[in-house]
Amino acid sequence: MPDAKPKPIETAKMMKRIMADHFREADAASREAGKKLAWCTSVGPAELLHAMGFTVYFPENHAAMLGATRTATDHIPKANAIGYSPDICSYLTADVGAHLAGKTPLQDAYGLTGIPKPHVLVYNTNQCRDVKDWFAFYARKWNVPLVGVESFRGVGDVTKEHVDSIAGQLRAMVPELERIAGRKLDLDRFREVVKESRETSRLWRETLETAAHKPSPLTFFDGTIHMGPAVVLRGLPVANEYYRALLQELRGRIDGKVAAVDGERHRLYWDGMPVWGRLREMAVQFLGLKTCVVASTYCSSWIFDALDPAEPFESMARAYTELFIVRDDQYKERYIRRMCEQFSADGIIWHDAKTCPNNSNNRYGMPERLSQALGRPFVAFNGDLNDLRCYSDEQVKTQFEAFVEQLAGG
Amino acid sequence: MMSEDTAPPRSPEAPPAGRLYAGIDVGSAATKAVLLSEDGRLVGHHVRRSGADLVAAAETVLDLALAEIGAPRSSIVRIVSTGFGRTVVPGAQQTRTEIACHARGAYHHFPMAITVIDVGGQDNKVIRLAADGRQLGFRMNRKCAAGTGAFLEEIAHRLDVGLGELDLLARQAENRSIRIGSYCTVFAATEVLSRIRAGAGLPELAYAAFESVAQRVLETGHAEGPIVLTGGVAEHSPMLVEILDQKLGTPPLVPPFAQCCGALGAALFARDGGGTP
Repeated sequence: MPDAKPKPIETAKMMKRIMADHFREADAASREAGKKLAWCTSVGPAELLHAMGFTVYFPENHAAMLGATRTATDHIPKANAIGYSPDICSYLTADVGAHLAGKTPLQDAYGLTGIPKPHVLVYNTNQCRDVKDWFAFYARKWNVPLVGVESFRGVGDVTKEHVDSIAGQLRAMVPELERIAGRKLDLDRFREVVKESRETSRLWRETLETAAHKPSPLTFFDGTIHMGPAVVLRGLPVANEYYRALLQELRGRIDGKVAAVDGERHRLYWDGMPVWGRLREMAVQFLGLKTCVVASTYCSSWIFDALDPAEPFESMARAYTELFIVRDDQYKERYIRRMCEQFSADGIIWHDAKTCPNNSNNRYGMPERLSQALGRPFVAFNGDLNDLRCYSDEQVKTQFEAFVEQLAGG
Repeated sequence: MMSEDTAPPRSPEAPPAGRLYAGIDVGSAATKAVLLSEDGRLVGHHVRRSGADLVAAAETVLDLALAEIGAPRSSIVRIVSTGFGRTVVPGAQQTRTEIACHARGAYHHFPMAITVIDVGGQDNKVIRLAADGRQLGFRMNRKCAAGTGAFLEEIAHRLDVGLGELDLLARQAENRSIRIGSYCTVFAATEVLSRIRAGAGLPELAYAAFESVAQRVLETGHAEGPIVLTGGVAEHSPMLVEILDQKLGTPPLVPPFAQCCGALGAALFARDGGGTP
C-alpha cells in the first residue's frame, strides 16, 4: 500500500508568494541605493529594524532552507574545514559552508544570485552564542557593522532588572542603527510595528491552538512550514493577512471534521528542533501510525504575548526574555506540562539535537521527571536539525514506531 | 556464532502437527526465524547471517526452520516480521518493531516486571516492562557502535581473533582490571593498540572488550527489577552475562535461544493476530 500523503493546506500557496516577495525585497534592499538591509537573528529586534526602515533578512530561516532542501550536509564540512567544529550549531556551519561554496537554495527557489549582503548584522543571543559567532563571520568577511543584545540564560521569573538591562541594550543600539539607516527612529512608527507584531503573535498562537481540537486540523510538521511568516515577517501587515487566511482554513477543517491525520489515535508533543531534512518522511510515518504530533515547544517559540505598543522597548525586552529557550528548567517543565495538558498529548518526543544544546531539553533528566509528573511516556531520539551525519533513519523510525506500539499497548 | 545453513540446530521440542505461526527477525547482523505451534510451543528455529540480500536471508531461515521439522510452507498460518529489515520479508502479514518483539519474547519466558536488555549486532535496547507485560518505556543506544556486537567484532578484528573465540579468550584473563574507556569504537580500537604496545595480553584485552560492552549497555537506560538479556551477544558470550552479574550484583536472566527472542516475540504476535499498530 502506498504511503499516505500529508494533506495539503491551501493557504500555503499564499505563503509561497509572500515568502518569494520577502526574499526579492531583501535582495533589492541589499543592492539598490536608498534601501538598507539588516540581518537579524530569529528572535532579534526585528520590530526596531522595521521601524527604522530596514528590510529584514533572517539567516536562521535560510539555514533551515538548507536543511529542508537536504543540502546542509553537503556544505557543513566546508565550514568544519575552516575551523567551525562539527559540534557547534549546524545552522551556522551549513550557512557558512554554503556561502563558501557559493550556493543557496534562494537561487533555485527565487532566482536570487546569492544571499543578500547586509548593511548591518543584528543579533540577540537569546537563541545561543552561536548566532553571534555566525554573524561575526560575515561581519569580518564583508566589513559590515555587528550590533546586538546579550541575553540572560536560565531565567526564572522575568524581573524588572532583566527587562531594564535588555531594553537598555536595545536603546543603546539605536544611534548606530540610525547612522546606518540614515534616519532617526520614529517612535510612532516603532509603536505601530510593535502593534502589528503583537497581532502576528496573537494570530500565530490562535493558529497553533487549533491543534487542541480533536482531531487536530494541524500537525507539528505543518507548523514548521507555516511558521515562516511569524518568524520572518512579524510586524508587517502581510504576515497578519496570511494568518487570518490560514486560521480560516483550519477552522473550516474543524467545522468539517477534517483531521490532519485521518483516524487520529494518538496525540504527541514535540520538544526540540525539527529535523529539517526529514520533515516529510516523519510526517508520512506519523500519518501511517495514525498519530498526530499536535504541539511543540519550537513552533510556539514565536508567540510574544508581552509585546505592547505603549512601551515598545520594555515590552520587546520582556517578550524576548520570557522566551522558553532562555528560561530555567523549572519554568520549562511547567510550560511543557501545561502544553501537554492543553493539547491532550499522550506522550512526548524529545529531540536531542547533536549540535543544538539550547534546544535539546532532554539532557538533564527532564523527560524522566515530566513523564513521572504527567504519567505519560516519552521517547528521546538522537538527531540534528541540519547535520544528517548525526542522524540514523532506521533507528529513529524504529523508535517512533515502537513508541506508538507502546501507546497502543496502553 | 551462528549456523551457516548446513546443519540446522535441533529445536527443543518435538515436531508439531498442523498449523504454525512464524516470526522472522531480520537484524543488522543475523536473521532469525522461529516457528510456534498452535499451542505456543517453539517447534523450530533457524539463524543465519543477514548479509546483503535481506529477502534471501528471510526466505532461507524460514525454509530451513521448516525443513528442520519437516513441515511444509503451507502449514504457516501467519508471519510477523521484525528487525531493521522487517519491511522486506516476503509473505509477512504484519510487522512489529524489534523493541516490541524482544519485550514480548522476554516476557513470555519471564512473566513479571522486568527490564529487557537486548544487545544486538548494531544497537542495544533497554526496555522496561510492568508486571502485566505492558511496555513502560525504552531507550536505544546513541548512533554509535559502543555496547553492541559491532564493537566486539571490531575488537576481535584488532586482536586478530575470530569473534567466536573472544569469549573463550576473555575467560583466560588473569588481570581483569584493564578498561576500555572510550565511547567511540575507533578510539576504543586505538586504546586496544596502546594497551598491546604496553604489553597487555590478548585475554586481558578480550575481557576488557566485554567489560566495555557491559558498561555501555548499563549506561543506555535505567534498569529496574530482574534483568533479562536477549540477543546474539547474550546467547553466545557467557562472559558478558558474568560481567553484568558482577556489576549488578544479581545474575541476569537469559532465555533459551536468546538470539531468537525477537523472532519468538514476532511469532507470538503472529499467533495473537497482532501487527502494525
